[in-house]
Amino acid sequence: MLELLNGFMGELREAGLPVSLTENLDAMEAVKHIPLEDREAFKYALAATLVKNNSHWRAFETVFEVYFSLRGREYTLGGELDDLLAGDEDGDGQESPEGMDGMKGSGGGGESMTPEELAEMLYKALQNGDEAMMRALARQAVKRYAGMEPGRPVGGTYYLYRTLRNLDLDAVLDKLMQQRKAEAPDLSTLEERLEHDEYEHRIEQLKKEVEAEIRRRLVADRGVEAMAKTLRKPLPEDVDFMHASREEMISLRKAIYPLTRKLAVRLARKRRHGRKGPLDFRSTVRHSLSYGGVPAEPKFRYPRPSKPEIFVIADISGSVAAFARFTLHLVYAISNQFSKVRAFVFIDGLDEVTRFFEGVDDISDAVHRVNTEADVVWVDGHSDYGHAFEVFWQRHGHEVSTKTTVLILGDARNNYHASQAWVVKEIQKKARHVFWLNPEPRSYWDTGDSIVGEYGAHADGTFECRNLRQLEKFVENLT
Amino acid sequence: MAYRFDTVDDVRTRLKGADYLADEGIAGVVYLADRLGKPIIVEGPAGTGKTQLAKSVAEITGARLIRLQCYEGLDESKALYEWNYKKQLLRIQAERNTDSTWEELEDDIFSDEFLLTRPLLEAIRADDPVVLLIDEVDRVEVETEALLLEILSDYQVSIPELGTVEAKQIPLVFLTSNNTRELSEALKRRCLFLHIDYPDLEREKEIVLTKVPDITEALADQVARIVRSIRQIELKKSPSVSETLDWARTLILLGVESVTEADAADTINVLLKYQSDIAKAVKELSDDKGGQRRALGKIAP
Repeated sequence: MLELLNGFMGELREAGLPVSLTENLDAMEAVKHIPLEDREAFKYALAATLVKNNSHWRAFETVFEVYFSLRGREYTLGGELDDLLAGDEDGDGQESPEGMDGMKGSGGGGESMTPEELAEMLYKALQNGDEAMMRALARQAVKRYAGMEPGRPVGGTYYLYRTLRNLDLDAVLDKLMQQRKAEAPDLSTLEERLEHDEYEHRIEQLKKEVEAEIRRRLVADRGVEAMAKTLRKPLPEDVDFMHASREEMISLRKAIYPLTRKLAVRLARKRRHGRKGPLDFRSTVRHSLSYGGVPAEPKFRYPRPSKPEIFVIADISGSVAAFARFTLHLVYAISNQFSKVRAFVFIDGLDEVTRFFEGVDDISDAVHRVNTEADVVWVDGHSDYGHAFEVFWQRHGHEVSTKTTVLILGDARNNYHASQAWVVKEIQKKARHVFWLNPEPRSYWDTGDSIVGEYGAHADGTFECRNLRQLEKFVENLT
Repeated sequence: MAYRFDTVDDVRTRLKGADYLADEGIAGVVYLADRLGKPIIVEGPAGTGKTQLAKSVAEITGARLIRLQCYEGLDESKALYEWNYKKQLLRIQAERNTDSTWEELEDDIFSDEFLLTRPLLEAIRADDPVVLLIDEVDRVEVETEALLLEILSDYQVSIPELGTVEAKQIPLVFLTSNNTRELSEALKRRCLFLHIDYPDLEREKEIVLTKVPDITEALADQVARIVRSIRQIELKKSPSVSETLDWARTLILLGVESVTEADAADTINVLLKYQSDIAKAVKELSDDKGGQRRALGKIAP
C-alpha cells in the first residue's frame, strides 16, 4: 500500500501538481481513517490532502483512475452485468485481435448480440436513465467497436473516437427527442429544452463510462506507469496556445475568466497598497487624539499613479489567432487599469477594432466579432507585417504619444515580404514603450520567415508568451 | 481525545438533521478534519453554501461559532489581540502618586486584564467547544495570511508580553475563499482542501425541497432542471444555490404550480443579476434550438 501511494504521489508530481512532503504525510495519515474498501471515500481523502487547487482536479482524477482503476468496486459490478449481457467475459487479454476492418461489429468471441440490438438496448437505457445498464453497455460498446489490440501504441482518444463514431450518439439524441415529441406533442419550447438537456446529460455520462472503460482496458494491457505517462495532460495554464486541441481550447476559455478577475483584483490592490503617498496631516492629527495628542500613528494619502494608454496591434492570421484572442481578452478585462485601450488587428491589411469593445460587457462576444467582422485582408490573406505597420503609421501614427504603451502580438512570420521595421523604430521613438509578444518558443525565433529579431531590435522588449501563465505574468508587469 | 464524529455517514446524517445536505465529498472531508485535527479551506463559487457548512457543523456539534470576517487591511489588532491602550494609560496615571516601581507597573499593565481578545485568540482560549470560521480569507493581503499560520498549524498564539497561549481543545476551523486570488502555499499546506461546486440535479432538488417548505415535488424538480439548463449557458455569473432557493420561493409566492416560459422570463431576475446574462438566458430558453447547439461526440482522432 505504501509503495502504491508513493508511486501515485510521484505520478502526481510528474503531472505538474505541487505535492509537498507534509501533504504526502497527511495523505498517509488520512487514509488510515478511511475504510479502504470505499473507493469514493478513499478518493476524497487523497484529494483533500493532495489537491489544493481546483484546476488541478482533472489531472488528479486522471492519475487516480489510472492507478486505482483495477481495484474499484465498479469493476466487479460491471463484470457481473457484463456476464448477464454477453454470456461470457473472458477478461481483457482474450480479446481477439481485430484490425481496422474489424469494427463493423463482428466483435470478439462469444457475442450474441447484433449491433442493432446493442443500439436498441442503449437507446432504451438512455431513455430510462438506467445507469447500471448504461455502464454495462458502455463496456460492451468498447469491446466491440474500439478494436483495441494489446501492445498497440495508440492513445486512448483514438479508441474513444472509434467507439463513439460507431455509437453515433448525435443520431440517438435526435431520435430520443423525436420520440419524446411524438409522445407529448404539446411540449412548450421550455419543456423541450429541459428534456433535451436531460438526455444530453445522460449521453455525457455514457461518454464518461466509455472513456473510463477504455482506460481500464489500457491499464490492464500496458501497466500503470506507462499509461499514466500517455494520459498525462498539461494543466490549463501550461497549455501551449499554438498547439491547443479543441478540448484544451475550451478549458482555456473557461480558465481565462477567473484568471482575468484575479488579475484585476490583484492589480487594483497593488495600486492602492504598492506605495504610500504623502503624509495626510489632517488625518494624522485626528488619530493622535486617541493617544493623548501624540501622533503615534502617521496617516498617508493614497497615491494616484498615472495610468498608461495601451495600443494593442495583433496579428490574427490563422496560426496565432488564438493567442491574439486571449491577449485581447486579458487586456480588455483589466482595461480600468489603463486610461485608454485601443485595439488594432491585421493580417495583411489593418483595421481598428476598438469599436467592438465599446459599451459591451461581454468581452468574449466582442472578441468573437473581431474575428468575424474586422476588415483585415488586403491582398491575399497571408500575414504581411510590413504593409500592416505602414498602414498603422499612416493612419494612426500621429496618435501615438509619450503616454502610450504599444503591444505588438505576433510570430513575425512575414512570408518574406518587406519588413518595414522603420515603423517600429519610429513608434518606439514616440511611445513610452513598445513590447513585442511572440507565441512561439524562443528557439524558433528567426528561423524560416520569422523576422522577430529585426523588429525586436527596435522594441523595448520581446517576450515569449506561449501559455496563460506567461501571458498573465507579462500583463501584470505591464501596469 | 474524543472524536466528534464516528463515521462519514454519521456526519452526513447529522448534517441532514440540520437541513444541510452534504454530498459524499463534503461529509468525508469534514470527517477527516475532525480525525486529523486540521483546518479546512472551503473554496467554490459564491452562494454554494460554504459559510453555511461551518454554521451547520457548529450547530450539530453543539459548538459556539466564532467568526472572523476578513477584509483588506485586517491586521493583528483586529484578528488576534490588542492591548487596551486607554485603560493602560489610565492605570499608569492612577499609579503616578503611589511609589510602586516600574517593574511592578509593567507586569501589571501587560496582564490579562488589559488584553482585548479578538476572534482568533478567543477561539484558542475558549473552554467550551467552538467552531472557528475565517470567512473570505482571500480578501486579506498575502502578508496578513502569515498571521493565521501559527494558529492553524499548532493551535497556539504567541503574545510577546505574556508568552504562548495554547488551545485547550482543538477547534474545527473552516476557511472560506471565493478564489479571487491564489492563497499562499504555506496556508494551503496546513489545511485540507474542499471544493464545493454547484450541486447536481438530484441534490439541488432535495435542497429546494428541504429549504422551501411548501413546494411540490414536481415544481422542485422543474426548478432544478431549469437552473441546470441555465448553468450550461456561458454566463458572467451562474445562478447559485441561494439564488435557486430565492427563485423557488418567488414562484411559490406568485402561486405558480408549473413553470411556463412566460413565468421564467418574468422572474428570471431573481436568478441572474446581470442584464446581459438575463437577455442571453431568456433568448436561449425560448429559442427553438436548432443547429447552434454544440454537437456531441465529435472528437478528432
